[in-house]
Amino acid sequence: MTTVSLKQAKSQAAAKSTVARVAKPYIHPYVAAVALGVVLFLAFFITGNGLGASGGMNRITVFIEDLINPAHIDRVPYLLEMAGGDKNPLDSWVVFVVVGAVMGGFVSGLISGRLKFETVRGPRITNQQRWMVAFLGGAIMGYGARLARGCTSGQALSGGATLSVGSWLFMLAIFASAYALAYFVRKLWN
Amino acid sequence: MNPFPLPLVSALGPVGAYLIYVLIGFGFGFVLEQAGFAKSTKLAGQFYFKDMTVIKVMFGAIVVAMILLFLASGLGLLDMSKVWVNPTYLWPGIVGGLIMGVGFILGGFCPGTSLVAASTGKIDGIFFLLGAFFGIFLFGETVSSFEAFYHSSNFGRLMIPDWLGVDTGVVVFVITIMALFVFFGSEQLEKLIGKRDLKKEPKWRLPVAGGLIALAVVVLAVGQPTAEAKWARMAEEKTKLLTERAVQVQHGEVLSLLANDRVRVRIFDLRSESDYNQFHLLGAEHVRLEDLPAMLPTLRLAPENTVFFLMSADEKAATDAWKYLTAEGLPTVYIIEGGANQWLDQFGDEEFRKNHAIPFQGEDKMRYHFPAALGARYPASNPSAEEFKLEFTPKVKLATKGGPKGGGCG
Repeated sequence: MTTVSLKQAKSQAAAKSTVARVAKPYIHPYVAAVALGVVLFLAFFITGNGLGASGGMNRITVFIEDLINPAHIDRVPYLLEMAGGDKNPLDSWVVFVVVGAVMGGFVSGLISGRLKFETVRGPRITNQQRWMVAFLGGAIMGYGARLARGCTSGQALSGGATLSVGSWLFMLAIFASAYALAYFVRKLWN
Repeated sequence: MNPFPLPLVSALGPVGAYLIYVLIGFGFGFVLEQAGFAKSTKLAGQFYFKDMTVIKVMFGAIVVAMILLFLASGLGLLDMSKVWVNPTYLWPGIVGGLIMGVGFILGGFCPGTSLVAASTGKIDGIFFLLGAFFGIFLFGETVSSFEAFYHSSNFGRLMIPDWLGVDTGVVVFVITIMALFVFFGSEQLEKLIGKRDLKKEPKWRLPVAGGLIALAVVVLAVGQPTAEAKWARMAEEKTKLLTERAVQVQHGEVLSLLANDRVRVRIFDLRSESDYNQFHLLGAEHVRLEDLPAMLPTLRLAPENTVFFLMSADEKAATDAWKYLTAEGLPTVYIIEGGANQWLDQFGDEEFRKNHAIPFQGEDKMRYHFPAALGARYPASNPSAEEFKLEFTPKVKLATKGGPKGGGCG
């Protein structure tokens, strides 16, 4: 009996060391800032490219469109640039960054006990309302990100660090509009 | 020198290169999740001044990466000209940003953070991600209707130091100080509105802030590579363009571009002021080599359809100017083949050539003499493309393609 429970305790301890049961606290914002800054620097230093997310998601979208309706791609110059002829829209660095980011997020959640199906929302709305608004916000964000040629990662972070004039103005625009609207949608979050 | 960035695909093959990108993405996603960015309420807290994590992490990461990048560039480890800088499309960027702000406050994520939210099982993150794919799809389907706007106000690769005409180190230093002020202000807001006890914040914040300032000062002190150093780095590749005569434009092409309404041509005449006053091309500006550094910030702001032509008596001074502007990364700079001398050989009439020719004075010196300073009031200053109909091998490539092809959009 004693040996069995010892074994159990051991296996539990082993499980704890890799897959945390209780959610660990987040790391300090400034630690995260330095870590993210180093990742961003290494990306530029090693590859010459920064980070990105919406660009990769864009190419995944175009890839699916190309599977369903290749003739349509040939009529839209914007899509043709990525998927025309024998071009594979997935053949781009940013797609692999997106794949890596999904994996990195998953592993980080796994070892910190934060893998959990849940809906995070403000206290005054229902889950369904949160999902609808999340979808709507995502759609608006996705549309704007393509118009701006990049999202918070590809424009603000990458362009900010390389001192691109447009990226800094873009960053101001995002924050200005989110702050201007925050009061009117406070019910969503507070 | 300048071993970085690495030529990934040629060094590791496509699979190896993509593996590196997956690793970088892994680090990216890992840090975002560790920072708490999978949680929409934490992100949205930023906009109610309760939890300023977003601005701390984003601005902090930008400052850290910026300092490291320009330090590596200043020390000659990194070739900044091979680093991607987001091109500035002014108005599409601003309007896109304003739209994204709306999506941010409604949806509670940005595309990058929604990836880690979805991968850790946050259902709102999954909905946001699906929405983002839908918005991206919608953009691809509608962009044709406003193609002209999408490609408008393109300033290309425009960096803050070049735009302001200020030393890169100064910009890095000022942004670092600005960020520290923003962090300080954010903490005060968290204390005031988020009711956070700042006494519990770690003590190492001050030394880290001091370290950032120290590094920014080092960047300032080390400086950035000079035009000579930048040229030395690219000399091999660019000298080839000169010897292959890929950038020396023939007269016929100059005339055809001058006649093209869709292209803006600027001609810089690098000869002495008296040579310039005696004769120059219509619209040519008199510029000395030593004036170019001061002109750079405005030249960089030139619209994307601008072509710069350099002209001297033969080609020597024009070639020196070409090297300088090319080293500074200005696109679409070309030399007028054979300079003012060959121009007059071609466009001066027979009588002119007989009466005004003078003996050879040395390299890059005029072979024609003018009795009066008539400037651009000679027929040869503004020859008509119709009259001469010269054949040429096109060499000018406008820097940006993919703009609206003229006519209606759609």
